[in-house]
Amino acid sequence: MIFLTRKAEFSAAHYYWNDTLSPEENERIFGKCANRNGHGHNYTIEVTVAGEIDPVSGFVVDLKELKAILEREVVSVYDHRHLNLEVPEFATAIPTTENIAVAIWRRLDGKIPNSRLHRVRVYEMADLFADFYGEFA
Amino acid sequence: MKAHLTRRYHFSASHRLHSDAYTAEENQAVFGKCNNPHGHGHNYVVAVTLAGEIDPATGMVCNLGDLDAFAREHLLARFDHMNLNTLEPFLTLVPTTENLTIEVNRIFQDFPFARLERVVVEETGNNSFVFGG
Repeated sequence: MIFLTRKAEFSAAHYYWNDTLSPEENERIFGKCANRNGHGHNYTIEVTVAGEIDPVSGFVVDLKELKAILEREVVSVYDHRHLNLEVPEFATAIPTTENIAVAIWRRLDGKIPNSRLHRVRVYEMADLFADFYGEFA
Repeated sequence: MKAHLTRRYHFSASHRLHSDAYTAEENQAVFGKCNNPHGHGHNYVVAVTLAGEIDPATGMVCNLGDLDAFAREHLLARFDHMNLNTLEPFLTLVPTTENLTIEVNRIFQDFPFARLERVVVEETGNNSFVFGG
């Protein structure tokens, strides 16, 4: 078993707000992230897949194909978008780093051939990242 | 849904590796230039990983404001721009990065809002230590 990690980047806007809470509670919990005009980040994602090395190609997965899947399923949807307003999964979930990792897992799981999705890591910035290993239960 | 959140903190501190159990020659042999008498310093990077269920109301494993405030009070205020040898527990324990990692782990185990999973301390970009899973 080999683990292969591919990075990709996107830049997006977001804000943190829960409509079931009062404005005061939103401000208290989310601080400056609750500014409804939004703010943005350069996100880096690292997608790790696990699989066996194909004896003919020497690959776990074809990196060109993995890059194209990340581009199609994630980057083309998230890049230079406002996550709350333009990405459907964040109409109902706050686009925290944790929830972005879960959302990317859902977008990729089952779509990468010859391997199993192992981890989605999302960096909001160099000093903050979230990991999701598909632990839904 | 369980996620793992990692936050990195930076502080700068001096230290000297020296054990009273060794002779001067033994200290020099074991610790080399790290035993030089007046100490030296590093820009340390601490990465703490917390694990837990994502709160459906906030989308968070824990509130980053709470974590940053805890780190400022219990890690950075204590160690940043300080000489580690002058502080507990390094009055009696060599302030290697191994021992520092264990102390940072002990500190963040008291963070009340999420379970500490792992601590990594980088002494330099080429040199890091991990405690936990």
